[in-house]
Amino acid sequence: MGQVRRLWRGDSGMVPIVLGLAILVVYFQMRNSVFLSAGNVTNLFVQATVFILLGMAEIWLLLLGDIDLSVGYTMGVGAAITVILVDHQFHWPWYAAFAVTLLATTGIATLQGLIVIFFRLPSFIVTLAGLLFWEGMLINLVDHQGIGGSISNENKILYNLVNGNFTTVFTWIFMVVVVLFMAQSMVRADQRRRASGLVTRARMVLFFKIGALAVAGIVLALLFNANRGTFIVLQGMPYAIPIDFAVLAAGSVILTKTKAGRYIYAIGGNSEAARRSGINVNRYRLLAFALTGLTTGIASLLYASRLGGISDNIDSSLVLYAVASAVIGGTSLFGGRGKMIHAVIGGIVIATIYNGMALISIGPATQYMAIALVLLAAVTIDSIARRGSTTN
Amino acid sequence: MTNNPGPSGSMASNSGPASPGDPGLSTSLLSLRGISKNFGAVQAVENINLDIFPGQVTALMGDNGAGKSVLIKTISGIWAPSSGQMFWKGQEVHIHTPRDSEHLGIATVYQDLALCDNLDIVQNMFLGHEKTKVGLLDEIKMELTTKQTLADLSVSTVKSVRQLVGSLSGGQRQAIAVARAVMRDSQLVIMDEPTAALGVSQTAQVLSLIKRLAERGIAVLVISHNLNDVFQVADRAAVMYLGSLVSSGPISNYDTSSAVELITTGESSRVPPTIVAS
Ligand SMILES: Nc1ncnc2c1ncn2[C@@H]1O[C@H](COP(=O)(O)OP(=O)(O)O)[C@@H](O)[C@H]1O
Ligand SMILES: [Mg+2]
Repeated sequence: MGQVRRLWRGDSGMVPIVLGLAILVVYFQMRNSVFLSAGNVTNLFVQATVFILLGMAEIWLLLLGDIDLSVGYTMGVGAAITVILVDHQFHWPWYAAFAVTLLATTGIATLQGLIVIFFRLPSFIVTLAGLLFWEGMLINLVDHQGIGGSISNENKILYNLVNGNFTTVFTWIFMVVVVLFMAQSMVRADQRRRASGLVTRARMVLFFKIGALAVAGIVLALLFNANRGTFIVLQGMPYAIPIDFAVLAAGSVILTKTKAGRYIYAIGGNSEAARRSGINVNRYRLLAFALTGLTTGIASLLYASRLGGISDNIDSSLVLYAVASAVIGGTSLFGGRGKMIHAVIGGIVIATIYNGMALISIGPATQYMAIALVLLAAVTIDSIARRGSTTN
Repeated sequence: MTNNPGPSGSMASNSGPASPGDPGLSTSLLSLRGISKNFGAVQAVENINLDIFPGQVTALMGDNGAGKSVLIKTISGIWAPSSGQMFWKGQEVHIHTPRDSEHLGIATVYQDLALCDNLDIVQNMFLGHEKTKVGLLDEIKMELTTKQTLADLSVSTVKSVRQLVGSLSGGQRQAIAVARAVMRDSQLVIMDEPTAALGVSQTAQVLSLIKRLAERGIAVLVISHNLNDVFQVADRAAVMYLGSLVSSGPISNYDTSSAVELITTGESSRVPPTIVAS
């Protein structure tokens, strides 16, 4: 038992939600055995993609105790830009269109950050204005370029981001490489600590983690590689998965292994202490806004792919799912506490509720209320943890 | 530590703007000459002349609102002085930001400590000064240095240097804040009311920490309300009253009752007149 508890140390904030997710999965599986089928789980991951990416976008700012309420419509504007640029009228190659999209969303968020910092306004208000402004911009863009309030995507690469799959061989290679790389870096970190005479966790914990990682990789590869088509053979890992993974990995490295990441936590924990330590607080706040914009841009591409284009009437709750993903996963609304992986867990929880409830024929009304309750529970846990304020 | 007493009285430090041959400047680490700081119409600190010497603990005393915190924040670059000059090892310096004071070798432990509760001890110790290796944080090096620094200062009460600072006791937090100042190879460590929030044994720990700093040749400027503490650790004393420095000199010139008089009324008949500013 002691070993198991030690395993969770440092990640203890995620225990309740992972348990909650496990209960949801068991429940949905019992009600409808399709739930855990390869096809449905793969679909669930793809459904979760936009929540996950927007959640990760939001975490940059949540860590500072700031928020971006405009991510939903910033993503909409980004999606519109991509779809318009790769459209037959402009014929831009996909990479140029994607690059301009990322630049545009990064620019939007940076602009909002500049306003927040320069005029010393609450990010809440500035990005609320942004929410309306970029909704207007989205409607303008779409109505100017499209017919009947939408533009459909004709670009194969953009379409494939969400709908395309890797070959089964590549799927295996990807999983093996990722697992080996992570295992190797965990072992090396452990060895370096041992060599320096620093306290390390029990070896068993390390082996257990690597084992869990390997099992997860094998299960995912088997799952993605199972044939999920009905009439044609459909198998392999969706492109969306490594995209999520790459953003998760890059974001986590920035947050945990670079000065910039350290300063984002410090500013969120105590910005005056950060300032007195000589940290240029405004520079790192602006960087966080820019990273929110960049991550939102990546979400734009997957969103356009998933919608098959862009409409002038996108879901207005997207920003709420972004914040909910982050907070459900365990990121604090009060700043200073959170991890990129939280958005992945939170996004999967939200997608699980939608997916599972739809499978057992529970309508959207109840789905909304269920997500609301999960969010409320997560915020309550966050607030209690903050009062305790000793756990990570 | 009294092996480097500096000028015996404070005539020099009360002699107004710096002049060539000012004796305070030749031996002091930091000298303030005519330092004032006002917030709009509020004159928080006025015409301060003070010398701080290496290897000595200077106690800065004064009633609530006397301007002690404002004075040390001016020295540490939280804001620039409204007027006056500062000399570091005899050279005039201009301190406008926390970085400026830090580059000189001044480390400040603020009354509110300015630690990040959401970061662990190592992360707090190196905040703003992280060690990196190929652009990435070198956690092992930072952790080893932290452990070494805490051991050097005989801070033995923390269980793990990877504990979040939010989980530490008041005395432990104070120790971390001090250790952090020492680790930077600071030549002047300023502490604002380091024992105010502490119990008896924790206070004793912090006082012995202060003594150890001075033994290493570091200049210490410590604000304290507690006269017991002051007479226990200080080599020199300075008293502020309503924004002015009314007296400064070796601790042997003072006793508890004259210190109380100076703090509460701004003057004392029992301190030699050369020590009391006009
Ligand atoms: N940031 C500030 N703005 C305006 N007035 C201030 C500020 N900081 C301190 N003061 C004023 O300066 C005076 C001295 O305060 P302070 O240095 O904090 O006293 P203490 O000696 O108790 O540390 C007080 O009257 C206080 O109200
Ligand atoms: Mg004070």
